Amino acid sequence: MGEKLLMTGNEACGEAAIRAGCRFFFAYPITPQNELLEYMARRLPEVNGVFLQSESELAAISMVYGASAAGKRVMTASSACGIALMQEGISYLAASQLPCVIVDVTRAGPGLGRIAPSQSDYRQATRGGGDGDYNVIVLGPASVQEMADLTFLAFDLADKYRNPVMILADGMLGQMMEPVILPDPLNLDKLPMKPWALTGAKNRRRNLILAAPYTDEELIALNEELNRKYRAIKAREQLWENIYMEDAEIVVVAFGTSSRIATEAVENARREGIKVGMIRPVSLWPFPEKAFKGMDTSVKVYLVVEMNNGQMIEDVLLSVPDKSIVYHVGKGGGWRPTPRLIYEEIIKLWRRRLTI
Amino acid sequence: MKRFTRPRSMTDEMVPYCPGCGHGIAIRLIGEAIDELGIQGETIGIAPVGCAVRSWRLYRIDMMQAPHGRGPAVATGLKRALPEKIIFSYQGDGDSAAIGLAELIHAALRCEKITVFMVNNAIYGATGGQMAPTTLIGQYSTSYPEGRDPGLVGYPVKMAELIANVSRNSYSARVAVNNAKNVLSAKKAIVKAFRTQLNKLGFSFVEILSPCPTGWKMTPVESLNWIEKEMIPEYPLGEYSTPKNL
Repeated sequence: MGEKLLMTGNEACGEAAIRAGCRFFFAYPITPQNELLEYMARRLPEVNGVFLQSESELAAISMVYGASAAGKRVMTASSACGIALMQEGISYLAASQLPCVIVDVTRAGPGLGRIAPSQSDYRQATRGGGDGDYNVIVLGPASVQEMADLTFLAFDLADKYRNPVMILADGMLGQMMEPVILPDPLNLDKLPMKPWALTGAKNRRRNLILAAPYTDEELIALNEELNRKYRAIKAREQLWENIYMEDAEIVVVAFGTSSRIATEAVENARREGIKVGMIRPVSLWPFPEKAFKGMDTSVKVYLVVEMNNGQMIEDVLLSVPDKSIVYHVGKGGGWRPTPRLIYEEIIKLWRRRLTI
Repeated sequence: MKRFTRPRSMTDEMVPYCPGCGHGIAIRLIGEAIDELGIQGETIGIAPVGCAVRSWRLYRIDMMQAPHGRGPAVATGLKRALPEKIIFSYQGDGDSAAIGLAELIHAALRCEKITVFMVNNAIYGATGGQMAPTTLIGQYSTSYPEGRDPGLVGYPVKMAELIANVSRNSYSARVAVNNAKNVLSAKKAIVKAFRTQLNKLGFSFVEILSPCPTGWKMTPVESLNWIEKEMIPEYPLGEYSTPKNL
């Protein structure tokens, strides 16, 4: 393990990508993602990598498509409306079963929105986002350390499943500075072999990277193959953190920045003897439904805290045991909760718990 | 006796185009050029959306698809990852001059060392004959059945001239596949485009005027004559830029 450094989340993400063997980065400027783009612009030439500022997000993700087809570890980054433009290419990457890492340093929408941190891209990230039946793996960091660790993990998951992986951050995580211990750099010679990659059909049969097979039957077969892969990912790759869950009677569910704020509220309530715990989803797709299955029946009240109008709550509702009651606190448009606000919601639910 | 066979860099699959279509000729010329230059094992092709997407079936080389119009951006990603390989994108006129104009122009502006072939048949063939940016004034299309009216939708775009204007040290040419003489010139331009890339000189672009009897509602012979009488006067053949040291 390396030394402890003070970095922004955007920088930690970029450095972790390089240490994971990423040597190709294509992106278009958008706030609050710019520090990541600028970090890669500075760092990639130092490691003989390629940084290219594209003419649009459409072009950036298409360049990612090309470099990934060549078998390289490749990344792009954008935010909200920029990610929406990339959905065309993300759908092609998923259909072609190509790995890549996409970082969404979310700004508040809809439309152009504003640059305040938001979690309003949860649905865009976790529901596939583009056309057709597909999913990308989505990881939700909650600290600068996790911006590094989850980015590093994202490249392995992308190669393992030949699927795009998205880091769902926000302007707060991208721009705040925290101490971070970076992962040790991988040896580029030891990255996974990719016999499917396009490298020129010399002394071998041709390789084809196809998003659209030629017949109806082949397209149905591709969809079945993708679905088998997604089921395997759901079975194996759920990640979450339990906080004070041993004897919890009220459970807060929050990811990313809102989980940081909610943790303080949960700790304050615990000091007053309130039996509240928290489930923090780390993989947002696959959603960690295992965290909720077989939950002790003493828990029946959930409080979902999100910086949006209520998006992850749909996954919580699908995952909690029958007869659970799920409340939501959140707003879109760049609104952030305070620890005080969440604490008061917890207190309200605690007082009413016997009558719920 | 010399037998007329397919180029080594092409498969034996049936050519998946309508009778009288020019795609088969253009695809074959590219195959012949790959054979002649001995680059079959080094070449990677891109087939975006439209009739052009079917070209992946016909080449015995590594190939991939691209989203509609994004061929030059996908080619950029491939070329930056594999700078020693020869990368080409085989596109239609709607793909390159409408939905993918930004990607094409910016690849040309960056002087990407890639090759783009644009088949110009002045219409959207795969979707049934709608107007393209290249459709001639007065020409019938299913979206403007009274003929293209410049007062409503402007004038045909001159892609070979446009690329020559924006891309430094590029190779940009317009050719046609409507008669034997023009086919021979087309082949020479395709070889020059690949040479431009092989010698790392700059961006290369070949616009290929090509018949679409189905979209034009003409017989194949009428289509070939229409290229000569109507298209070539609007789209003059020739080289619009050639790189130094080619």
